[in-house]
Order: sequence, then structure tokens, then C-alpha cells
Amino acid sequence: MIEIKDLHKSYKTGSNSLHVLKGINFNVAEGELVSIMGSSGSGKSTLLNILGMLDEADSGTYKLDGVPIKNLNEKIAARYRNKFLGFIFQSFNLINYKTALDNVALPLYYQGMKRKERIEKAMAYLDKVGLTPWAQHLPNELSGGQKQRVAIARALASDPKVLLADEPTGALDTKTSYEVMDLIQKINEEGRTILIVTHEHDIAEMTKRIVNLKDGLIIDDKKIDQVKALQHV
Amino acid sequence: MFSRDNWDEILEALSANWFRTVLTAFGVLWGIFILVILLAAGKGLENGVKQGFGGMATNSMFMWTQVTSKPYKGLPKGRRYNFKIDDVAAIKREVPNMRFVSPRNQLGGFGGGNNVTRGLNTGAFNVYGDYPEIIQQEPMDITSGRFINYSDINDKRKVAVIGEGVRTTLYEPGEEVLGSYIKVSGVNFMVIGTYKKKGNNGNAEENQKQIYVPFTAFSQAFNMGNNVGWMAITAQDGSSITNLKGDVIEVIKTRHSIHPEDDRAVGNFDLFEEFNKINGLFVALKGVAYFVGILVLLSGIIGISNIMLIVVKERTNEIGVRRALGATPWAIRGQILMESIFLTIISGMAGIVLATGVIALVNKALSGMDTSEMMFLNPSVNLGVVITALAILIISGLLAGLIPAQNAIKIKPVDALRTE
Repeated sequence: MIEIKDLHKSYKTGSNSLHVLKGINFNVAEGELVSIMGSSGSGKSTLLNILGMLDEADSGTYKLDGVPIKNLNEKIAARYRNKFLGFIFQSFNLINYKTALDNVALPLYYQGMKRKERIEKAMAYLDKVGLTPWAQHLPNELSGGQKQRVAIARALASDPKVLLADEPTGALDTKTSYEVMDLIQKINEEGRTILIVTHEHDIAEMTKRIVNLKDGLIIDDKKIDQVKALQHV
Repeated sequence: MFSRDNWDEILEALSANWFRTVLTAFGVLWGIFILVILLAAGKGLENGVKQGFGGMATNSMFMWTQVTSKPYKGLPKGRRYNFKIDDVAAIKREVPNMRFVSPRNQLGGFGGGNNVTRGLNTGAFNVYGDYPEIIQQEPMDITSGRFINYSDINDKRKVAVIGEGVRTTLYEPGEEVLGSYIKVSGVNFMVIGTYKKKGNNGNAEENQKQIYVPFTAFSQAFNMGNNVGWMAITAQDGSSITNLKGDVIEVIKTRHSIHPEDDRAVGNFDLFEEFNKINGLFVALKGVAYFVGILVLLSGIIGISNIMLIVVKERTNEIGVRRALGATPWAIRGQILMESIFLTIISGMAGIVLATGVIALVNKALSGMDTSEMMFLNPSVNLGVVITALAILIISGLLAGLIPAQNAIKIKPVDALRTE
């Protein structure tokens, strides 16, 4: 699903150049649930941004579902993001003047889907994350866990190939974190490929594979026995 | 582009901060309000001043004789002369595009003594000997009877058309006027009609105190012979009297042996030139109104542009999210532009409505007054102005949104989503 070869990325800050990714080689098969771990500054967020086409690598190749992601102009990048990727953020990033339902429907809006169809589909995804009664509520009327579930529904709405989650539980308490992880595990069991960036070990252990990053290099990549989040709830 | 979803997006974004939206909109509202009010006031002044011309044939000039200032062909300078009745035919023959050439004779005038009597009533009035065409050059409403016609001219009938002002002086209220006789400088004339003049020219009352009699009867009754006091000359529509004036004066000069370079021998007043000057004044006034209005509007637009910049800044994160979810740069740019245009148009519309409301109130107040003496009448803006204003609004909305929209798409999704 994801093939990365010899990926390099550096940032220029003034006269200094900061080499963040120093040659990443990394493959993800369809249906995998991968966590990317590492201390801050290890390059994990940069990697995720490149995977999410929010940022471009300096060198190296990146193929998503067989499509080379290279030299994208903004328009094509926007289309690929919409078609291939679903984003889940630490700070939820819901649009605060739109209802939960409208937030979920937003990626479908950018696909040019008709309003009625869009609402129906969004409603189905809200139902999937168990928030049907909250459909007409604004984000600030929801709890953190509910917000993240709305965000997950939104990420799923466009039926993407890969879900990218950047510290999805970073802003949540332990109990809520496990609930969210339970949801993510369920979605993974339906066959969707998911990548999670996290620095919490307990969260990482709920995935099927842990990739450890340090100073821009993968130092460790191993499959693990998944811990079911449900046990902790 | 104009789907319901788009409108929903725009309305949602604008209603997210009502107070600020309204305050911002007020700047544009005020600008367009000033623009429309200024234009309407200019129009009102124009209407008022042009009312003063009372529908006069403005493509006209008046011409009278003065004293020659140069000797010519053995004739001395300082010589007096008179227009002759043949001059009229000569002008018509030799100068093209003449509509009317009306010879006129006159009795009385400013400061004149009593010259008209009827029974025990007397009055001092201007008495004109005229041709029937004069009514087309100096419009008047015939309130009873008729005006002079060519039978009167040919038969030299001693008939008279009197103004309403003359009637109130010489007649008792309700008294029959038509068919009665008035004595002008000792000669009896039968009254065949009464008139009321429009326009004011600063002497509305004086205009109603005139008596018109056939030119031929006037000449005979008051021993004018073939002399003509002065002429009212109107050119045909499409050719300006100001251009033809020279030719007319040329004809007079040759016929009366006046030196071709004698500028003082023929006195004239060019109504068309005066009218054009006034027209020019109003064109300038309109220019000033647009200039001031658009400048005021501009400050409103800068306000909108400014607030849109802040909105973009505030929504950096939102824009990043939208782009992560698949919004193309054009979708983002389009939304900011549409918000800006929408805000501008809505507030502009409100300004136009407010301004026309004020104009309607002023008109209502004016309609209760006698405006014939006022230099202000029926302030209004026509549809053209409103459409122009709308066009200005749409363009300015675009301009206001351009920089913020450009700023919005410069935001990189990565930067926008950074969580610290």
C-alpha cells in the first residue's frame, strides 16, 4: 500500500540546515495497523506529513497504492489527499461553526457530491462511531472523545486507502484514549490500513506493528501481538 | 459556483461573528450611501436649475441693435440703425438650419410707466409684437382662449394674449376676459387668450405680466414701420446656435453696412452657450459626487479587505484542515472571494436602500411645498446609477478579497495544522 525508498528531508532555518529524515525505507501492506514511535525531534511528524502529501520530500520515492507521489501541484495533491487519505489530528481540527454532521460531510463536499447523498453518507459514518444523537451539535458541545470520533468519521467519510493519525489520543485522558483506540482497531479489522504517530507505549502496543524512529532513521521495526483496547475499557 | 452549499458555507462563515460582520459591512454601506445621496442631490439641483429654463428652446439666441463702433463705407462710427423686417427673410434664406427667426417689437419694460388701461384699472406691462412661433421658443400654457395665429398677422388684427398677472390687475375675479378690450398706449386690443408661463429665471412674477399682440398689428398701431426691435432665433435640433451665430451676424452686418470687424454693433445673448455652461457645471458636479463617493466607498472596501485578512489569519487552521480534506487552492480562494463579494454586495444593497429611502423622504417633504421658486427639485437616481453602483460594488468586493484570498492559499497545510 505504501512504499517508501530512501526518503530524505531537511529544513532550512536561517543559515542552518536541519536534516530531519536521513533515508527512510519503509513499506506498509494493505490492512496493517502501524504505529510510528519516537521521541520529539525524531522526525515522526515530518514522515507523517510527507505520507499525507502535506509536505514534500527532498529526495527518495514514495508510492501510494502503486501511484508515484511526486512533483504534485496543489490541485492534484488536493485530489489525492481527498481520494487516498484520511487525517486524524491530535487537536481534532473540527471546524467549530459546523455541526458534527457537516464536519463529517466536508470531504464529500470537496468531492463534489450532492448534498442529500452527502448527508446520508455522513450520517452513516456518524452512526458507525456511535454519535448519531449528536449529529446536529457543534464541536464545542462535544467532549474530547466525541470530537475525536467525529474526526475519525470525517477521515473515513471519503473512503480513503490509508488513515493517518497524528497523536490521535494526545489530547485525551486514558479511558477515552482506549475508547478511541478500540474504534481504530475495529476500523482496522474491517481491512483499512492505518498509520498512527504516537509517543505513548500503551497506545503503540494496541497496533500490530511498531516502527521506532530516532534521529531521522528507523532503528527498529517489528510486528507485535496486538493488545485489544477493549480489555482496558 | 452558486450552489446552495456555497451559500451555506459563506453564510456560516459570515454569521460566525455577527457583530464584526455588521461593523465591517457598515463601512461599505456608508460609502455607497454617500455616493447615492450625492448623486441624487446633484440631480435635484440640476432639475431645479433646469426648471428655471421652463422648457425654453435652449438652442436659441437673442439679437438686438447697438451703436456701431467703426466707420465703414463712408458712414461714421456711433451710428444707430434698426433691424428691418426684410432681415428676417434674409437670415432664413442665407443661413441654413434655422428653425425659427422671430422678429419682435416691444413696449414698456423695466421701470416703464403705466401703459395699459381697462376702465379704471391701469398697469405697467411689457407689450410684445410677435409672430405665432414665439410660443415654441418661450413656452407658455394657454389657460383660456387661444394664442396669436397667422390670420391675425396677415389681417393685422388688434388682438392680445395676456398673462395671468395682467388679468389679476385689470380684471375683477371671475370676470369674463375673452372678448373684452384693453387699451395699450391709447390703442384698443381685444383679448383673445390668457397664458401662464412656466419657469422662473428669477422673475417668475414678471413673466406673467406680459401682453402678446400680432407683430404686424403692433407695427401699425405704434408706428414701427418696417423696424424690428430685436430677434429671437432658434436653430434646428442638431446644429448649435453658437456655431451659426457668426453667420447670422454676418448677414446683418452686410445688410446694414457695418464694418465686418465691428463687434459691438450687434448685441446678442446666446442662451445655448449659457445652457451648456450650466450643463457643464452639472457634469462637473456629478464627477465630484462620483469622486467623493468612490473615495468614501474605498475606505469601506479597505475595511472589508482588512477584516478578510484577519479572518484568513484566524481561520489558518480551518483552511489547513480544509486543504487536508481535499480542498483545492481554487476552492479556498473562491470561498474567500465569494465571502468578500457577498459581504460587499449585501452591505452595498443596504446602503442603496437606505439612501433611496432618505431620497423618498426628501421628495415627500418637497412635494408638500411649492417648488417652482426653489433651486431644488425631485432629487433622484436612475436605474443606470444603481447598476453602476452595483458594478462598482462587485468589482470592489473582488478587489477587497483578492489579497486575503491570495494569503489564504499561501498557507501551507503543514504550517496550518501545527498544533503548538
